[in-house]
Amino acid sequence: MNALNRAISRVPDESTVKFDLATAPLRDLNAALHKLTAESNETYWKVANPAGLHAIAAGLNAPVTVEIDGPVGYYCAGMNKFARVIVNGTAGVGVAENMMSGFVHVKGDASQAAGATGVGGMLVIDGNASARCGISMKGIDIVVKGSVGHMSAFMAQAGALVVLGDAGEALGDSLYEAKLFVRGSVASLGADCIEKEMREEHKALLAEKLTAAGILGEVDIGEFRRYGSARTLYHFHVDNVSSY
Amino acid sequence: MTDHSNTPRKPPQTAPRASATFDEYTLSEIRRAAATGIYDIRGGGAKRKLPHFDDLLFLGASMSRYPLEGYRERCDTSVVLGTRFAKKPIELKIPITIAGMSFGSLSANAKEALGRGASAMGTSTTTGDGGMTNEERGHSTQLVYQYLPSRYGMNPDDLRRADAIEVVVGQGAKPGGGGMLLGQKITERVAKMRTLPVGIDQRSACRHPDWTGPDDLEIKIEELREITDWEKPIYVKVGAARPYYDTALAVKSGADVVVVDGMQGGTAATQEIFIEHVGIPTLAAVRQAVKALQDLGMHRKVQLIVSGGIRNGADVAKALALGADAVAIGTAALVALGDNDPHYAAEYEALGTRAGAYDDWHEGRDPAGITTQDPALMARLDPVAAGRRLANYLAVLTLECQTIARACGKSHVHNLEPEDLVALTIEAAAMANVPLAGTNWIPGSNGTF
Repeated sequence: MNALNRAISRVPDESTVKFDLATAPLRDLNAALHKLTAESNETYWKVANPAGLHAIAAGLNAPVTVEIDGPVGYYCAGMNKFARVIVNGTAGVGVAENMMSGFVHVKGDASQAAGATGVGGMLVIDGNASARCGISMKGIDIVVKGSVGHMSAFMAQAGALVVLGDAGEALGDSLYEAKLFVRGSVASLGADCIEKEMREEHKALLAEKLTAAGILGEVDIGEFRRYGSARTLYHFHVDNVSSY
Repeated sequence: MTDHSNTPRKPPQTAPRASATFDEYTLSEIRRAAATGIYDIRGGGAKRKLPHFDDLLFLGASMSRYPLEGYRERCDTSVVLGTRFAKKPIELKIPITIAGMSFGSLSANAKEALGRGASAMGTSTTTGDGGMTNEERGHSTQLVYQYLPSRYGMNPDDLRRADAIEVVVGQGAKPGGGGMLLGQKITERVAKMRTLPVGIDQRSACRHPDWTGPDDLEIKIEELREITDWEKPIYVKVGAARPYYDTALAVKSGADVVVVDGMQGGTAATQEIFIEHVGIPTLAAVRQAVKALQDLGMHRKVQLIVSGGIRNGADVAKALALGADAVAIGTAALVALGDNDPHYAAEYEALGTRAGAYDDWHEGRDPAGITTQDPALMARLDPVAAGRRLANYLAVLTLECQTIARACGKSHVHNLEPEDLVALTIEAAAMANVPLAGTNWIPGSNGTF
C-alpha cells in the first residue's frame, strides 16, 4: 500500500474536518489550514464545493491531508509543504506550483504549468496535463498518467517528469538537469533537449518514481524513453547563436 | 628673417574628423564584435545622455509661496506603502528605498551592507534574482522579497518572513529580458540557492512560468495573499515601457504598490544593445504612471515607487513632485558602498577600464568586492563600514530633498507638486508635463498626454 492510500484509509474518523466552500469563504479555509502544525489533531480535511476557486489549500505547512471534492481553479496547493492534497476533479493553471514537499494528487486533468517551479514532493495527475507542465521545475517529481502539452519541462532544472502518454512540441526546451521519461510519442524536442540512453540506474530511478506514485507494475518500464539536457547551452558561445 | 616667399607651400589639409555616427566607442564595438562573434554584456543602466531630472528646476518660494525655515521647521519624510489591501503596510522613515539586487550578482557582504545602511535610516532593502540570504534578512529591518520569473530560491518560508513582496514583471534596464549570471559568479553557494550546476552561464527566465497577462496576475497576487494571510504589501515592478497602461494594469491586478523603473536603472548583466535601446527614460515614465493612477482614482491609494538614475536629493524631490510616493536606488547605493571607487584605480586599469566606468560586473572581478563572489575580493568590503557609508548617503539624499521641499514651502516632501517645477528643455517639458522655464508652455499638452 503506498503512502497516499494509507492516508486515505484513515478516513473517516474523528480527526476529519469538513469545510464547505459554498457556505464559508476561501480565506477562512486557508487561514484555518495555515494554523495547523505537526501536532494538530485535525489531520484530515474534506473540502466541498470548490467550484473552481483559486488558491485553494495554497501555502500549507503541516503534514495533514486535504481532500477537495470537485474542480479547483488556479494554484491549488501552491507552495505546499508537508501536506497531501487530493483533488477529486480537474485542476486549473499552476496546480502545486512551487511545491516544496508533500504529495498532490489530481484525479482529473490539469491545466497549464502544473507543478511549475516545484522544489520537492510529488505531483500525480491521473488525466492529462496541458502546456508547460513542469516548467522551471527545481526538484519536484511529476507523474502524469495521460499526456502533457507543448513546452513541458521548459527550463526544468531538477527533479523528474514522468509521462505515461505522449508529450507535445518542444519538450524540455532549454533544459537544465531535470530528468524526463516519456512512454508515448514526443512531438518534438526543444532546444538543447536530446534523447539519452536508458541505463539501469535510470530504470531504477523511474521505478522509484512510479512506486511513489503508486503505479509500479501497472506500466512497463521498458516502454519509456529518457530525455535530458545536451548541455550545449550551458555556456555562451558564438557556435550556439542559432539556439539563443 | 628668412624669406619663404619662393618656398612651395604644402596645400592646406583638412583636420582628421571622427564620424559622429561611427564614433570611437562604436568603432571599438564593431571591432570587438568582429573578433568575438558574441554580443557585449555588461552591468549598469543606460549610459547614453538622456532627458533626465537634471532638465527640471524647482521654482522655490516667491511672492505667492511661503517657504519654511531650512533648518528648523518640520518637513516630514515618512511614507506608508501597502495601504490598499495589506493587513501590515510598511512604514518607511524616508521615501528612498533600496532596489532589488541579487545575492549572486552581489557579494554576501554587499547585501549585508545594503541591509545595514537601509535599516539605519529606517527604510527597506530588496532581495533579487537569487533568493533571500540570512545575511540580508538579518540585517534588514524591512525587507522586500522579489517574486521573479526564475523563482530561484523561492519558498513560502521566506515569503512569510518578508515584509513585502515585489512581483517583478520587468526592469528598466531590460524590459522584456531575463537576467544573466555568468559562470564566474555561479559559485557553489549561489548554484545551490538557484538549483543550478556550478559554473554554468545562467539565463534567468524573462517571463513568469505560471501566469500570462494581467488577468492571470490578479489570480497570482490572490494566491500570494492567501499564502501570506493577506498580511504583506504586494508590489508590482515594471520596466518603463508603456507606463500608463502597465501601471493601470498593475492596479487592476490588485497591486498595493507599483514600481516603475526607467532605462537608467541598472542590471547585473545584460546585453549592451538591450540596455541602451529598449525602454524609456525615467523622466518620461513618471507622469504617465501618475496619470494612470489619477485616472483610476488611485493616486496615493496605490503607492508609486520610481527608480532609474536617482542620484541626489534633487532627483528624489523631483520624482516626488511629479507624483511618486517614493524612489528606489540601486546603482547609487552600490557607489555609496564603494563601487567604482578611485581607491582601486590601478586595479580598474588592469581590467582595461577605469574607476567610474567599470561595468563588467558579470565577470566577478570587482576590485571593490561588491559585484563578485571571489572570497578574496569580497573580503575587501567591510559590511559595517560600507553600511555606514550608505546610511550617510541616504541621510544626505533626505536632507537635500527636505531642503528643496522647505524652499517650496512644504511641510512634507509629499506635498511637492508639479506646479513647483519647470523644465529646461522642450523634451523634458513634454515628458514631465511641466512648463518650459520662463513660459507657460507645456509642449504636446492639450490637457492629455
